[in-house]
Amino acid sequence: MCIGKRVSRAAAALTTLLATSMAHASKWNMPEGATQISHEVYALHMMVFWICVAIGVVVFGVMFYSVFAHRRSKNPVPATFHESTTVEIIWTILPFVILIFMAVPAAGTLIKMYDTRDADMTIKITGVQWRWQYEYVDSGVSFISSLSQDSNFARELNSGIDPATVPNYLLSVDHNLVVPAGKKVRLLVTAADVIHGWWVPDLAVKRDAIPGFVNEVWFKIDEPGIHRGQCTVLCGRDHGFMPIVVEAKTPEEFDAWIKAQKSGGAVEVAAATPAIANDAAPAPAAPPAPAEVAAAGSAKPAAAPAKLSHDDLMKAGKTAYEANCQACHQPTGQGMAPTFPSLVGGKISTGPVEGHIVQILKGKNLMPPFGDKLSDADVAAVATYERNSWGNKAGDVAPAQVAAQRGK
Amino acid sequence: MANAHAHGHDHSHDDHAHGPEKGIMRWIKTTNHKDLGTMYLWLSMIMFFIGGLMSLGIRLELFRPGMQWMDPEMFNQLTTVHALVMIFGGVMPGFVGLANWMVPMMVGCSDLALPRVNNWGFWILPFAFTLLISTFFMPGGAPAGGWTIYPPLVLQTGASFPFLIFAIHLMGISSITGAINVAVTILNMRAPGMTLLKMPLFVWTWLITAYLLIATMPVLAGAVTMLLTDKYFGTSFFNAAGGGDPVMFEHIFWFFGHPEVYILILPAFGIISTIIPTFARKPLFGYSSMVYATASIAFLSFIVWAHHMFTVGIPLAGELFFMFSTMLIAVPTGVKVFNWLATMWRGSMTFETPMLFAIAFVFLFTIGGFSGLMLAMAPVDFQYHNTYFVVAHFHYVLVPGACFAIIAAIYYWIPKWTGRMYNEFWGKVHFWWSAIFINVLFFPQHFVGLAGMPRRIPDYNVQFTDFNQISSIGAFAFFIGQFIFLINMLSCCFGWFGRKQNAPARVWEGAHGLEWTVPSPAPYHTFEDPPNVTDAETAAHA
Repeated sequence: MCIGKRVSRAAAALTTLLATSMAHASKWNMPEGATQISHEVYALHMMVFWICVAIGVVVFGVMFYSVFAHRRSKNPVPATFHESTTVEIIWTILPFVILIFMAVPAAGTLIKMYDTRDADMTIKITGVQWRWQYEYVDSGVSFISSLSQDSNFARELNSGIDPATVPNYLLSVDHNLVVPAGKKVRLLVTAADVIHGWWVPDLAVKRDAIPGFVNEVWFKIDEPGIHRGQCTVLCGRDHGFMPIVVEAKTPEEFDAWIKAQKSGGAVEVAAATPAIANDAAPAPAAPPAPAEVAAAGSAKPAAAPAKLSHDDLMKAGKTAYEANCQACHQPTGQGMAPTFPSLVGGKISTGPVEGHIVQILKGKNLMPPFGDKLSDADVAAVATYERNSWGNKAGDVAPAQVAAQRGK
Repeated sequence: MANAHAHGHDHSHDDHAHGPEKGIMRWIKTTNHKDLGTMYLWLSMIMFFIGGLMSLGIRLELFRPGMQWMDPEMFNQLTTVHALVMIFGGVMPGFVGLANWMVPMMVGCSDLALPRVNNWGFWILPFAFTLLISTFFMPGGAPAGGWTIYPPLVLQTGASFPFLIFAIHLMGISSITGAINVAVTILNMRAPGMTLLKMPLFVWTWLITAYLLIATMPVLAGAVTMLLTDKYFGTSFFNAAGGGDPVMFEHIFWFFGHPEVYILILPAFGIISTIIPTFARKPLFGYSSMVYATASIAFLSFIVWAHHMFTVGIPLAGELFFMFSTMLIAVPTGVKVFNWLATMWRGSMTFETPMLFAIAFVFLFTIGGFSGLMLAMAPVDFQYHNTYFVVAHFHYVLVPGACFAIIAAIYYWIPKWTGRMYNEFWGKVHFWWSAIFINVLFFPQHFVGLAGMPRRIPDYNVQFTDFNQISSIGAFAFFIGQFIFLINMLSCCFGWFGRKQNAPARVWEGAHGLEWTVPSPAPYHTFEDPPNVTDAETAAHA
């Protein structure tokens, strides 16, 4: 192959590499993202990167040249020089100047990122083990966003489900955080138990969610689209399993969505079939699926759930158990000693109903509280399922019993 | 006064009716810096293998998406204890072992200033690590909140929590007493004629490291004690509901934590500054610059800690300050790299194993330094923080950084310690194997971090698979290669494969320093009478 062809092939490969490296959703590099700020951040990243490459080429070039040219066989008599104040000053000042050159634009971008004034809307985000709670402060819409069910099943130990068959494995949720594109959205980030971290790479927004603190960040997404992120501060067992999906709609679509949430705001607990709708399906782009409107323990359905039969409870309870409890307590109910207690003949799971309900509502130690995630009917169903499975025969639980424990 | 050469021969048999004891009691009761140095180094080697096994568990689970091997809680326990073991059991005792062996010989005194404290400081450690590792078998398992042990999460630890705190306290006491010992020795016991600015650079870096240890380990002790009282004694230092502040823990921890990482690297800088001049047959370039640069790094290390907290919500002014101070620390670090290059330049280099590891250090540590500079840029750090980009950064500076320096130092000095030359062929095999696979292991982690993979997660989206697989393969291969090193070193200790105890006093042609004036193996007691330090001996840094 002649030289010209080799060179042009190499150039094409390099261009492809560079293009790929700067392309969306690259395997090699940071995304350019979906906001002006994320583009600025990307540009800063590439600038520092290329400066480091240039310095590296020079420094390592000198080093490897020296290794070659100043080895004993080539240079048998070593020089004896061992100091030079001039040179020390030069290679102190020059890097300092390069640093100033980098620091100025970095400071500029940081200042912009800290400017949360004049936002068009505010959303409060609360991290709780192991899901995110979103509250649209201006409109009162609020819901919990958890790892989607198909991912949740596939991620269990030796689940037998190939993650490649799960769409957006570990990066999809049951309820997306819906926002309007083209508007400045302010986020108030906090946590209810331990430190979490809210991060969406496409938005270049990462802020720790700290109990007792409220952190403020903002973003303005240019175009409608979907952007995925994850919890970014170790927060316990399921730290890797509490993703974030931000769905930017056009402002009109967003207004329609908010309206639907506020009014329809249908809670999943229907009297007839208390299925756990918020875990039923991963929310697609346009969610007609009702979002659970859950404030702290209140906002239950207007219609009190009718009396549920044992079979209704067991069926719904199995679904809820699989979605919420199985990951730790296992399909067999046997848990994983010593960390996750067994529910088979368990002190709490076959003991007094009140204690069982409170454990589910409030959690304990490693077990998170489920009171804000599951309705009375859901809790009753799960408890009934646990009390009547795996050889347990400990009676049913009614939603009214759960309601009675909530107030306490 | 006898001159330096006369101290080749050993007074111990004349003066001491009680030479080293026989059997296990020798090792339990010894106050000899050489024995203790040996024990620290063996502890370090064992801890590196244990921590390495934990990392293999981690990389095994991360080989493919999905969970195949362990519960996520177990994974968190592994990552937590892996880091604690490697940092406090691997790197730190390794450097302390090298200090024990070499500082007295380099400054021309007979032992460390406080030999019994030295013994006690060592023996605390096997006890502390037994405690720490035994937590895997306790109810609730080992601590799982990361080595950074942030509350409130760490307060969810089960029965192992007090053992974690106790182990950390013990390690801290060992480090503090060891540091006091080293600092007092260096300041008070140098041979006549060895002014501070004539000391070998390894001694300088250890002096400065000792001060860092004394300043920061008590801070860690305070932080973990507050965790203990928050959990058991009703305090609310870090509990917002009680009026406390989780972020305060982060400040206190990282006020320790940042100088800690310089504790983990400054002795390495000293080692490289010893090895390169030897094999380049040329004095270290810019000795006084190197001293000032090391001191500047140590000083600056106290005012950069919040760069570990850029995403916590620090006010803008604080964020800017820490960004600038962090970027600034690149300057003295760069100065050191340039000085090493200038030492090599127009030298007459040969590439025995210690030199290979030293050159690899300069190359690969600098790469770690570049990712560090990128991390210093606060607005971009919002994208890097708590991702695999950070994991790649710190592993580059710690493994082909600090670890390669420890390995280089052991190859360099083992003929002095044992009198036996190591096998050069297998040393080179170990080097090339390690140098290649360490990059296979950690370089791809830059990419997955940039592409969005957070750290401390046991499972990930399929887009991150390829580089995780490459990284895991690198991990297993790198681990296996270390057995070559272990066997080579054991052969020096015990004379396997017919290795003879025939190393000369000056093992390396280009080596300078008092340690090369005593025989190999070094006698049990050296420099019982101080040598007269002539410029010929300390000529490396006139």
